[in-house]
Amino acid sequence: MSAVATVSPLSSSVAKKVVVALTGLVLYGFVFVHMMGNLQLYAGPEKINAYAKLLKANPPILWGARLFLLAAASIHIILTIQLALKNRAARPVGYAGQAFQAASFASRTMIWSGPIIGFFILFHLLHLTVGSVHPDFSHTDVYANVVRGFQSAPVAGFYILAMVLLGFHLQHGAFSLLQTLGLRFPKYEKQAKLLLGAITFVIVAMNISFPVAVLAGIVK
Amino acid sequence: MNLTLRVWRQKNRNDAGRFVTYEAPGISPDMSFLEMLDIVNERLIEKGEEPIAFDHDCREGICGMCGLVINGVAHGQRRATTTCQLHMRSFSDGNTIVIEPWRATAFPIIKDLVVDRSAFDRIVSAGGFISAPTGSAVDGNAILVPKDDAEMAMDAAACIGCAACVAACPNASAMLFVSAKVSHLGHLPQGQPERYDRVQKMIAQMDAEGFGACTNIGECEAACPKEIKLLNIGRMNRDFIRASTAAKG
Repeated sequence: MSAVATVSPLSSSVAKKVVVALTGLVLYGFVFVHMMGNLQLYAGPEKINAYAKLLKANPPILWGARLFLLAAASIHIILTIQLALKNRAARPVGYAGQAFQAASFASRTMIWSGPIIGFFILFHLLHLTVGSVHPDFSHTDVYANVVRGFQSAPVAGFYILAMVLLGFHLQHGAFSLLQTLGLRFPKYEKQAKLLLGAITFVIVAMNISFPVAVLAGIVK
Repeated sequence: MNLTLRVWRQKNRNDAGRFVTYEAPGISPDMSFLEMLDIVNERLIEKGEEPIAFDHDCREGICGMCGLVINGVAHGQRRATTTCQLHMRSFSDGNTIVIEPWRATAFPIIKDLVVDRSAFDRIVSAGGFISAPTGSAVDGNAILVPKDDAEMAMDAAACIGCAACVAACPNASAMLFVSAKVSHLGHLPQGQPERYDRVQKMIAQMDAEGFGACTNIGECEAACPKEIKLLNIGRMNRDFIRASTAAKG
């Protein structure tokens, strides 16, 4: 509570939020592309296994992309924790019972959906990339890994739960992104919300379709 | 109407504070919320007890002085209404009403329901102004303002600085208030010279005062008695990004 603030603009809460939005956009884009690639599961083992081989064909590019995503996720998480701690400190004594008037479920649970999705990503990597928690992992047969992996109901269930939470996270995240990057324009607000909502829905619906298709025996 | 009040009582800044329950019988539904508290206070004074301290001034909904969190909602359930314009007909006989002060690190409690909002003054001092030449008055229509800009500036200028946005925000963020000031001045030609300097300085001061960051949930907009739009925060963010990325010199 100094009389005159001497904070550099880049260390301000708004700058941090801008970086959280940009890294969130990177991760949002990745999740979309990841889902699109995985749709080849429905084209049969040859197609998706060839796609997986293609992705791994050039190790420098593969590891470059992996490190880029890891950096984006790490920055997203670290800055969010910093902001969340600042937010906690801004109200040490809470209300007897706050009655929320406008906040959506998604917007109020970002701080919970985020860590659960983070934990899911670790599990997901160990399950279908590293293979250490997979019952019968093959480094070349992606199709078989997915089918065998999702035949376990608890694994499929956790996957579906994580995707629902991802949907909530992206729903509020996409709106926040527009707001934080100053990209809200009343003229196009409706279309922007509709488009982002549709992309989020497609990501979640398609991702959930994979374990459902395996459990239903459609993909085998 | 017979009401039960649970009121936050706190002797001073350093006191821990606690809820005290008061019975408030014979309240008229035509009273404003503050008039109801006046009656309760008169009865407390008659009994030789300390009256409940609360802020108020114009009691017309335009000054921004009053502000209580009523049943967990800043300024109470009624939309676009300050505490002084909230009337007891919004409640029912037999209700229990929980009354709390604005709660934020940046707004230390002075006594009971009165908080120190001078953090807002310091944010405005940091950049919420324009530089205007003194001397003889300029001709009224010398500077043209497009209608849409004038509307947007006026909508933002409706902010009375009551701080319900901070009170309603789970992060005690002041983004709606600051963005209203930035939007108000930034949409007018007179506000252009300091436009980008202003947004950086006001945000820096906002952070220094200990307000939280915005999570875009919209509780501020819902609580605002002047219906300041969340969109202003988006505009402020845009100005902040422009200010931070602009090459100077």
